[in-house]
Amino acid sequence: MTSDFVLSLVQAITKGLLTGMVYGLMALGLSVIFGVMRVVNFAHGELMVVGMYLTWVGFEFLQVSPIASLPLIAAIFFCIGYALQSSLITPFINRPEHQQFLLLLAIAILLVNLCQAIAGPEAHGVQLESQFDSYQLGPLVLDAVRLHAALAAIAIAALLWAFFTFTRIGKSIRAAADNHMGALVVGLDVRRLYAFTFGVGAACVGAAGALMITIIPVSPFLAVEYTLLAFVIVIVGGLGSMTGALLGGLLIGVSEAVAGLLLQPSAKSMFSFGLLILVLLLRPQGLMGRRST
Amino acid sequence: MSFVRRLTAGAPRRALWMLAALLALLLVAPPLLSKYWLSVLILVLYFAFVGQAWNIMMGFAGQLSLGHALYAGLGGYIAAGLFFHYGVGPWAGLFAGVAAAVLAGSIVGYLGFRFSLAGVYFALLTIAFSEFTRVAFDHWDWAGGSGGLFLKVERDLSDPLNLRGGPLLFYYVILALAAGTFILCRALLESRLGRYWLAIREDAEAAQAVGVPVLRCKMYAVMISAALTALAGVWNAFYYNNLFPEAAFAMGRSIEVTLAPIIGGLGTLFGPIIGAVVLTGLGEIFTDLGELVHIAGIKQIFYGVALLAIVMYRPAGVWPWLARKLGVTEKRS
Repeated sequence: MTSDFVLSLVQAITKGLLTGMVYGLMALGLSVIFGVMRVVNFAHGELMVVGMYLTWVGFEFLQVSPIASLPLIAAIFFCIGYALQSSLITPFINRPEHQQFLLLLAIAILLVNLCQAIAGPEAHGVQLESQFDSYQLGPLVLDAVRLHAALAAIAIAALLWAFFTFTRIGKSIRAAADNHMGALVVGLDVRRLYAFTFGVGAACVGAAGALMITIIPVSPFLAVEYTLLAFVIVIVGGLGSMTGALLGGLLIGVSEAVAGLLLQPSAKSMFSFGLLILVLLLRPQGLMGRRST
Repeated sequence: MSFVRRLTAGAPRRALWMLAALLALLLVAPPLLSKYWLSVLILVLYFAFVGQAWNIMMGFAGQLSLGHALYAGLGGYIAAGLFFHYGVGPWAGLFAGVAAAVLAGSIVGYLGFRFSLAGVYFALLTIAFSEFTRVAFDHWDWAGGSGGLFLKVERDLSDPLNLRGGPLLFYYVILALAAGTFILCRALLESRLGRYWLAIREDAEAAQAVGVPVLRCKMYAVMISAALTALAGVWNAFYYNNLFPEAAFAMGRSIEVTLAPIIGGLGTLFGPIIGAVVLTGLGEIFTDLGELVHIAGIKQIFYGVALLAIVMYRPAGVWPWLARKLGVTEKRS
């Protein structure tokens, strides 16, 4: 009895860890955008859902597997993000927060309802051949689909880290985030860097959407939930911190899975929001964040 | 009359006449209106009322709350639950509802302000509390759980003492609430507390430095705002006769509350009212348009485009611009 329970607990935790990697990738996009531009992307979950829909369309009508379409989706999302930032968001960079909020809210409403107008309100899923495959790891059973998604998410996060660490443009973006005025003084084209950053953030969330569709079916109603989830993860991990976003994703993934096992599944988000409240009050810079001055 | 004189001091004569005419029109018009137009007008007044309530916190004191559904939901649920289970009428029940909302507001406010969360962080805290409560109500049997709480609908019953009756009753109640809050807001702005709020909104540190009791003033803002929003929640519960956690505490409900004041003009007296007219008007037009084309979500798409246009071309809100056009420029407060 107890060993059964321990096993199902460990099982739930691994499942949560794998899903949490994808959550982490989604939150990474939000974190990058906020960390650099101090703009809170209230349309983040909506972008995620658009990514899921695009992947579903590719699978359903063009027979491209989600993993294969992922690079293309990420590229499309980079362009969407770049265009959004340089056309709509740039004029709002220095405006008050509530105006940015209204702008992104309008974008969010447009995105999710365009999806609904095109694909309808019902849920759409992707039936992969590996749907029911699993890997045996001792007594543990790992979902093949979840494992692949998690590995892909780790690979993309590593790519992102390399981009910010080694490339010239990645370093410039970090410079602009650290010191906006200084970046302008040394002649960086900050507006273009911002557009690039939003593009990178959008590419992350698009890729996360392409992975998430293999785990759960997409419907327009997921959008608000994902926006909130991304906020929770990013705040818990530390806004603007990359490792924090990933760690927060894992933490929320695990806590959801465990709460789903111990409590009613519908109560699982109470746990996440409780955690958010605690972190906001006790450690507002997040678990991995630096205290801002 | 000195109270009236103080409230009207500095307002252009023209604006006062317009206001009096508007109020007279709102008082006599309803019996002449069709059912449809009455329901639209009720919606306008409702959004004007909650908009003003939210505006006290954000527009006056500068504290961004995206969790006002918490207060409306608590007010509505408690008053409706007391009526449903124990037959306690809403005029008594609203005191319990308002008390609960004020308590919740004090907790959220105290924690947020004490731990100096500002801007987006404070907004996220309000969202978190609202969402937390939503899930809690989902699992609370007394409040009907996720299946919802329903009040008996008796069409022909007219029992104003229990807030049961036709649309006309609800119209006059919400009109009284909206008009009363309008006067309250004006009085607040003219008071010492109102000046303190504006000082805090513009620069909290400077306000603190010159001796404004910042924490206490912010707390008053949350408590007044929460109390008024709870009243709106009670009214809402008895008007629609049903309550679901998924709707009452939804993020969408919180956002809905913020739109009228932001669109109308944050921190202004007329902003929430004009914003409510614009929002409800657009909503009705888009519903009609949506019925013509039969595409799911088309109404929201129009709505999104309209929001985008407003925030891009009238970022300070519609009212400051309209006031100039009408020649009744308010002292910007």
